[in-house]
Amino acid sequence: MKHAAGTSRRHILRVGAAAIGGGLLAEQKTRALETPGRLGAPLGPYGDRSPFEKAVRWRRETRTPETGSSFTPLQDSVGTLTPSSLHYERHHAGIPTIDPARHRLVIHGLVDRPLSLSVAEIRRLPSVTRIMVLECGGNSSSEWAASTAPDVQRSFGLVSCSEWTGVPLSLLLAEVGVRPGASWVIAEGADACRMERSIPLAKALGDSLVAYGQNGEALRPAQGYPLRLLNPGWEGNTSVKWLHSLKLTDQPYMARDETSKYSDLMPDGKARIFTYQMEAKSVITFPSGGQTLPGPGPYELTGLAWSGRGRIERVEITTDGGKSWVHAKLQEPRLPLAFTRFRLPWRFDGHEAVIASRAIDESGYIQPSPEALIAVRGTNSVYHFNGMKFWRVRADGTVTNVEG
Amino acid sequence: MWKGSALVLVWALAVPLAAQSPAFGVGRPATPEEIRDLGAAIGPNGDGLPEGSGTVAAGRAVFAAQCSRCHGPKGEGDVGPPLVGGQGTLRTAKPLKTVGSFWPYATTLWDYVNRAMPFDQPGLLKPREVYAVVAYILNLNGIIGDAAVMDAKSLPQVRMPNRDGFVADPRPDVGDTARKPN
Repeated sequence: MKHAAGTSRRHILRVGAAAIGGGLLAEQKTRALETPGRLGAPLGPYGDRSPFEKAVRWRRETRTPETGSSFTPLQDSVGTLTPSSLHYERHHAGIPTIDPARHRLVIHGLVDRPLSLSVAEIRRLPSVTRIMVLECGGNSSSEWAASTAPDVQRSFGLVSCSEWTGVPLSLLLAEVGVRPGASWVIAEGADACRMERSIPLAKALGDSLVAYGQNGEALRPAQGYPLRLLNPGWEGNTSVKWLHSLKLTDQPYMARDETSKYSDLMPDGKARIFTYQMEAKSVITFPSGGQTLPGPGPYELTGLAWSGRGRIERVEITTDGGKSWVHAKLQEPRLPLAFTRFRLPWRFDGHEAVIASRAIDESGYIQPSPEALIAVRGTNSVYHFNGMKFWRVRADGTVTNVEG
Repeated sequence: MWKGSALVLVWALAVPLAAQSPAFGVGRPATPEEIRDLGAAIGPNGDGLPEGSGTVAAGRAVFAAQCSRCHGPKGEGDVGPPLVGGQGTLRTAKPLKTVGSFWPYATTLWDYVNRAMPFDQPGLLKPREVYAVVAYILNLNGIIGDAAVMDAKSLPQVRMPNRDGFVADPRPDVGDTARKPN
């Protein structure tokens, strides 16, 4: 980018010189050479980004390629939405290929009328659209350790924000008639491991969605095509992808992925179970680990904040390692459970600076320091790290982790 | 006027029924086959566990054929996670969370093996093979004896060592962050 701009400036100088020498006609001719001088690419049916754009997800190596997670490049994101192609992924048994014409959602168990619904039938029902974050319960698990991940993608990238469209689960439950005594919904996906999670009935009757749309089109296969559950504000794993079964029961099923996994082990050896809620969190995405400021001067600090409990009320930024905090400017509208982008003009004076952000949500919750989290929860809990992330901007402009 | 009154009457009668009947009437009744295939999830009370049974000895053979290449010959772990050991480590700096040290319910093991294992061929095992391999893994962890038989009745009664190791979510739990809205 910088190089291209330089070239352009030189070119203008040359054009300027030509204009002085040859008058207006010569200037127009020379300027015409700046354009490609040939026809562009033909129109295509489905768009792609510029070949000059290189932002991609980062994938942690796993021994089985069908399992694992890929992280959204938050350092390259602008605005508040994540492109579907860059949405984080977490898979436990690969991405199934599902023909929507053959897929069905069966709702059964403690109901008056067990129902089997096609995707087309679900799409005929009254729908809702909302912009909201999905965050993996294990996002930032690297940050429990003394040596944390070096950049914002690898430390905070299992979070993305999309516009989702679907049918309120409460509407579907009214169709089947929930029987007295039912208190949980067991959701199951159609991937190879048939991902299973127990959802309290109160949530299912509250704001849960059965979604078929993301960012203006059908869900991507990796996001649960053709149907997924969405539990707003809760850890991503509960939003079961490729949803094909909802069973009403009088108890949670203690599935593998809510007991062995997605439970939070505390220092006393007890594990917290059903830790659904994602708490307020924020991170500075520029400048962040791995980036370099070209020199002293004015910059705009920016980043993202979100909370599973509602709107972001305030984001505070420190540039002196936590001694003082100032309010960042928040991008409106601040939607509950969605990304809120924050910005703060900042002058890098060429001296080392330790920077961080902390989010405060509308419930009054303040994003804690890593030390405060670890003091209560120890370092074995794996899930639900929402501590502040400190970056060190060195005198030479390079940006690293604080321990880097 | 008469028509209007009748409509009001019909509407008034319909209200108490509204909660009972579907508003849209979409979909069709789920078939017994759909409920059987998609309702395979098993909870701690064991409801829905199929007929059949499996011994530790039978499970040893199933494990050798279907599980050991990923989980190791004795469940010590390889590509797949370890299934044994770890008792007494949950309070240490290196907790080892296995079926024996961490999982609170034996039914979860049945449910997960049945739905998700073997990793590359889920659904391969017949119910008696699932019972057997579950019996073998529980036996490897010293939870049931060599002569134990697992079936729909005995499995939910197995008491797992970490049965009481789980607590409710107390969050918000950290420092001044627990401040309530004013």
